[in-house]
Amino acid sequence: MKEYQTITEISGPLVFVETDEPVGYDDIVEIELSDGETRRGQVLESASDYVAIQVFEGTEGIDRDASVRFLGETMKMPVTEDLLGRVMDGTGQPIDGGPEIVPDERRDIVGEAINPYSREYPEEFIQTGVSAIDGMNTLVRGQKLPIFSASGLPHNDLALQIARQATVPEEEEGDDDEGSEFAVIFGAMGITAEEANEFMDDFERTGALERSVVFMNLADDPAVERTITPRLALTTAEYLAFEKDYHVLVILTDMTNYCEALREIGAAREEVPGRRGYPGYMYTDLAQLYERAGRIEGREGSVTQLPILTMPGDDDTHPIPDLTGYITEGQIYIDRDLNSQGIQPPINVLPSLSRLMDDGIGEGLTRADHADVKDQIFAAYAEGEDLRDLVNIVGREALSELDNKYLDFADRFEEEFVDQGTDTARSIDETLELGWDLLSMLPKDALNRIDEDLIEEHYREDETAETVEAEA
Amino acid sequence: MSQATDTDVREDGIIESVSGPVVTARDLDARMNDVVYVGSEGLMGEVIEIEGNITTIQVYEETSGVSPGEPVEGTGSPLSVDLGPGMLDAIYDGVQRPLDVLEEKMGSAFLDRGVDAPGIDLEKTWEFTPEVEEGDEVEAGDIVGTVPETPSIDHKVMVPPDSEGGEVVAIESGNFNVEETVVELDSGEEIQMHQEWPVRQQRPTVEKETPTEPLISGQRVLDGLFPIAKGGTAAIPGPFGSGKTVTQHQLAKWADADIVVYVGCGERGNEMTEVIEDFPELEDPTTGNALMDRTCLIANTSNMPVAARESCVYTGITIAEYFRDMGYDVALMADSTSRWAEAMREISSRLEEMPGEEGYPAYLSARLSEFYERAGYFENINGTEGSVSVIGAVSPPGGDFSEPVTQNTLRIVKTFWALDADLAERRHFPSINWNESYSLYRDQLDPWFEENVRADWPETRQWAIDTLDEEAELQEIVQLVGKDALPEDQQLTLEIARYLREAWLQQNAFHDVDTFCEPEKTYRIMDAAKTYNDAAFEALDAGVPVEEITDIDAAPRLNRIGVQEDWDEYIDELEDDIESQLRELY
Ligand SMILES: Nc1ncnc2c1ncn2[C@@H]1O[C@H](COP(=O)(O)OP(=O)(O)OP(=O)(O)O)[C@@H](O)[C@H]1O
Ligand SMILES: [Mg+2]
Repeated sequence: MKEYQTITEISGPLVFVETDEPVGYDDIVEIELSDGETRRGQVLESASDYVAIQVFEGTEGIDRDASVRFLGETMKMPVTEDLLGRVMDGTGQPIDGGPEIVPDERRDIVGEAINPYSREYPEEFIQTGVSAIDGMNTLVRGQKLPIFSASGLPHNDLALQIARQATVPEEEEGDDDEGSEFAVIFGAMGITAEEANEFMDDFERTGALERSVVFMNLADDPAVERTITPRLALTTAEYLAFEKDYHVLVILTDMTNYCEALREIGAAREEVPGRRGYPGYMYTDLAQLYERAGRIEGREGSVTQLPILTMPGDDDTHPIPDLTGYITEGQIYIDRDLNSQGIQPPINVLPSLSRLMDDGIGEGLTRADHADVKDQIFAAYAEGEDLRDLVNIVGREALSELDNKYLDFADRFEEEFVDQGTDTARSIDETLELGWDLLSMLPKDALNRIDEDLIEEHYREDETAETVEAEA
Repeated sequence: MSQATDTDVREDGIIESVSGPVVTARDLDARMNDVVYVGSEGLMGEVIEIEGNITTIQVYEETSGVSPGEPVEGTGSPLSVDLGPGMLDAIYDGVQRPLDVLEEKMGSAFLDRGVDAPGIDLEKTWEFTPEVEEGDEVEAGDIVGTVPETPSIDHKVMVPPDSEGGEVVAIESGNFNVEETVVELDSGEEIQMHQEWPVRQQRPTVEKETPTEPLISGQRVLDGLFPIAKGGTAAIPGPFGSGKTVTQHQLAKWADADIVVYVGCGERGNEMTEVIEDFPELEDPTTGNALMDRTCLIANTSNMPVAARESCVYTGITIAEYFRDMGYDVALMADSTSRWAEAMREISSRLEEMPGEEGYPAYLSARLSEFYERAGYFENINGTEGSVSVIGAVSPPGGDFSEPVTQNTLRIVKTFWALDADLAERRHFPSINWNESYSLYRDQLDPWFEENVRADWPETRQWAIDTLDEEAELQEIVQLVGKDALPEDQQLTLEIARYLREAWLQQNAFHDVDTFCEPEKTYRIMDAAKTYNDAAFEALDAGVPVEEITDIDAAPRLNRIGVQEDWDEYIDELEDDIESQLRELY
């Protein structure tokens, strides 16, 4: 292994080195500082006489005398089942004082794309116990469903609630599930120590740590390191899912910090920037993370992703949420207004979406009435929401009786259906029954999205009677 | 993808630099757009720039670990597709490598690199039936025989477009593989079922004709309001989650094309899996065979190499043109053309080209028009007529249609299906905005609808458009004063328009019956709303209060027509009920 002391330029997170032997693109580099400290980096560009290196731990303190070694391989993650229960830093070094990790295998962290032909379509319902998700925007195994949030909102509470409560209701006599266990991989990028503690405390309190692998890159850790943290997490997830049959839930937070790191590297390389200064290849880069969710034909396990991002300025047209939404299979919106009204979790179901829902619900999966109930609630809630604007202008009296019912529906939907608190887990039956309680406020013939037989079966006749009486 | 077998000019070069998908090589003797094999693993690439002694290559596979000094091999031939029987029911990556073959060769569910495979099975034999006899004169493009490729499609074996032609001296029926000679000409030329064609070059035709037949989609809002012609072009722009992919899938399933080429360009893996799993189970409404029998899939998902994403639309359209040459109506869906444009941008920026608008290369607009120009209703060189319809999804950043890809696309295409986030949010599907969308084919397709559906199709549609327009205007007033402040006739119009939206424009892609709607049913639902309209206004004129008119219990049944299998009777009965219930009021 050749050692060079030929650094020609240091700029932001980048170091340029003159070389006289070819170096592989993406290869890992070790830089030894004069005081003996070593930093790691990766080859971003390789030419016959020089290379550009991105240094994970930052370039502070590096000078021309530092020596550079090219390790002749791309970045690898040592994987083993023993990673469960362990806590590592953002580059995969254990920080929990536990025993040395003896890897079963070392895997390339960039990961190869899953052959679309080899995928299996995700359609197993995951019950999160959260009505706004299970009822309205159902999550399925192998899906990538981000949480669109913003600063100061309780997205972490929701992520933890899901990690705690997520179960897959046993199919009758279901035997295809034996041996598949549940694991959580937590990849933190640039979150505060306080947030990190919140997660760790919860993991410890609930005993979830045993079945978790934690990668922590905190706010004061080097930004460039953030570009590898999610790859380490996903490499571990793929190993556990597709070699060891685990159903893995990967929580990545905060993707916004990850994207900022990409922008920083792009700027240092003087690349032509795309929208709002983010690199033009950010879509591809994010896709290479998010597309690592899924199921594979013939394998037991699955990788489900729950990335969290905070939208700068609460703006979902900002490139980070925008590109994410274009890649993921839906999104869950955390809403500032609902939050200030005290609704927990403050999920706004209208812009939220689960694209894999349609195949994951219905008879034999959840319940026969699920799709219709969901459609009707969406329609009724949207109607109520619209009327709220109008009512501010003309007052409730100017509205028809039916319109008033829609307004009441919208209120009760938020207060009873969405607002369930962070400690309540509702079964899908409970969620749907609650949906019928609310829908029965409306007259039968307003339920035009529901099959007539289902209305006969579930509609609460007395419910309308009550409202009519109350009005009389 | 072609293996470029017939080439012995293997000019070797040396890698000079590697930066992501862009590699430069020294001393390589290659032409623009030639295929080359890069590095010791032989990764497939294409020459995209030549400057002095330095050749720039875009590589269709991951380049991690590739280093300067490794060899580059030229093949002497441009990026081409393999054409011949065996393309239907197939799934390819962006450079026409069959993904099922790759899975088998790589022995893994993950895409390894450095593995190549021909686009069609070279060993499989097909039953060839001659269409010409010994002694016949044939020219370029002529059909010399047929092969039953799938239960739905007879594959026409054609004289290659660049052939000199001549007199047939030998031809016989029998089972052949695609590389065996099936026809010999007096010039000594031997014709096989296997042809190659460079993807960036349009296949020749005699002329483009004006399309007069609609591509029936089975989607009410499209067939009813914004029809596309066979041989036409359409764009579906919309923000994420607004329904581009579902609409494209609906077209791939139900459009009355002979052949469907579906290009998943830089989108999700699971969406392709959905097609692979669903299509073999679904029945083609025209032939009754499995939908997969008429479908060719190209899947270069977002996480697959970006250079192959750039080429996947060309691979798709070349395959489409080949089937067009056989006299078929082909429909190509590209989801999403924005990802293709972004791939261009990514490569261009690695080349440090001067960026145009929003970082896209200056040639963006030219590339888009070249691509859509390959659509059309054509007279082929063998005298048959065939068409390629192109429907491109566009994914504008932030849902803002003023961005370059949407704008450049709209300058070319003739049908615009504008998806609307507001409609999607309130689960009005398909969320195609009826005020913004348009079809420039409407007038030229009217005669077809008059003849094949109903003579008053255009008038009834105009009534629907007027009603929806009026609703849009009235809604603005309602936002300010509430519905009850409007005069009764306007309140009634709002109610009718609501039924038009809910019963006619909305259509649930996931409902077994509603998912496909034949033109006759599209007409009848629209006409049922009009029946209610006419009878209701008569009642209003007779002095019946509007609440009573809108309260009749037959009216809400309009919204259930979509899901009725025996809709014909259902509508007959419903129209009677509506009329008699209204009559009872005065
Ligand atoms: N015609 C329809 N019927 C029922 N549901 C629909 C219809 N069209 C769209 N949807 C719903 O909208 C969701 C999003 O649609 P789709 O995946 O087509 O969006 P998209 O525009 O392709 O988004 P992206 O740009 O992110 O790929 C679907 O998962 C489905 O739930
Ligand atoms: Mg899509």
